Amino acid sequence: MSKHFKKKSAETKQEIPTASLPDIIFMLLIFFMVTTVLRETTVQVRTTLPRAEALTKIDQKRLLSYIYIGPRKLSNNRLGETAVQIDDALVEDISTIRTIMYRKLVEQPKLIVSLRVDEDSEMGIVTDVQQELREAGTLRINYSSRRDVAGGTGSG
Amino acid sequence: MGLLEKRKREDVEIPTASMADIAFLLLIFFLVTTTIDVDTGIGMVLPPKLDETVEPPPVRERNMFKILVNEEGRLLVEDKPLPVSQLRAEVKKHVMNCVPDYGYGCLPEYSESPDDAVISIKTARQTPYDAYIQVLDEVWMAYFEIWDNEARKRGYPSYEAYRNQLEPGEENEIRDLIKAQISIAEPDPS
Repeated sequence: MSKHFKKKSAETKQEIPTASLPDIIFMLLIFFMVTTVLRETTVQVRTTLPRAEALTKIDQKRLLSYIYIGPRKLSNNRLGETAVQIDDALVEDISTIRTIMYRKLVEQPKLIVSLRVDEDSEMGIVTDVQQELREAGTLRINYSSRRDVAGGTGSG
Repeated sequence: MGLLEKRKREDVEIPTASMADIAFLLLIFFLVTTTIDVDTGIGMVLPPKLDETVEPPPVRERNMFKILVNEEGRLLVEDKPLPVSQLRAEVKKHVMNCVPDYGYGCLPEYSESPDDAVISIKTARQTPYDAYIQVLDEVWMAYFEIWDNEARKRGYPSYEAYRNQLEPGEENEIRDLIKAQISIAEPDPS
């Protein structure tokens, strides 16, 4: 009697078929590849960074917050007026920067503001932004620049 | 008795053969998404917002090293025009003026000591940003070269090597000895 039972239970397969698992995972991967947006902010202004020699590295990327300053990119590769961009949006009114940056500072007290400024910009707007940063209390800044490939600066 | 036996046989294991594949896929995913490039730039600390009632601390004229950058990116250093290429040497001369080992003597028109020396950069509103970065870079390079020198005195090949061997939280002696005091003046409104 008991032998009969044993045989029956052995016959039923208890394993999940694993042959299709790679396919399922592959499909999942493709799904995520298609749907995820890798939160790279689309920079709406041109920022060709200036070259410098006295560079320091910032490895703590999560402390960084970017402010982009440069001429606006328009259609047909034309460039417009100089604009300021924080995160995804262009800043219409410079005086709103203090509120935006203050909120970021509350979230991250060790905030470093990386100024990605186009090399052809004028100092006037950079100073205005810096004054706003002082108002907000975000004092640690970093002028983002590229390594000078040629070596010697000071061509005059 | 029979019931218990039956329960034992019901144990089902999760197939682990595909674990490696899952892990591998995750690895690929993170490899693709992480960005390795490090952000480089010139670090500065802005002065805190000034209280209008409090006067800024007085700085003696000789300790102040004034750099003016005009609309065309040309320099006026201590009221004399100077090419950018000579700025680094001038800044070093100003900062290390009265330090014995450097051989600058103790000229009256330069600073009293590295602690008192202040480099002031002033731009116009129309100054190109590139010119400003060039000037700031030269000033920082002057300080880096001074720090390199101090590090070599202590038996390290460079300042970089000295800084890398510091324990986290340990005082940076060289930077404490010669502080970089760079002040960015507000341009006149125009």
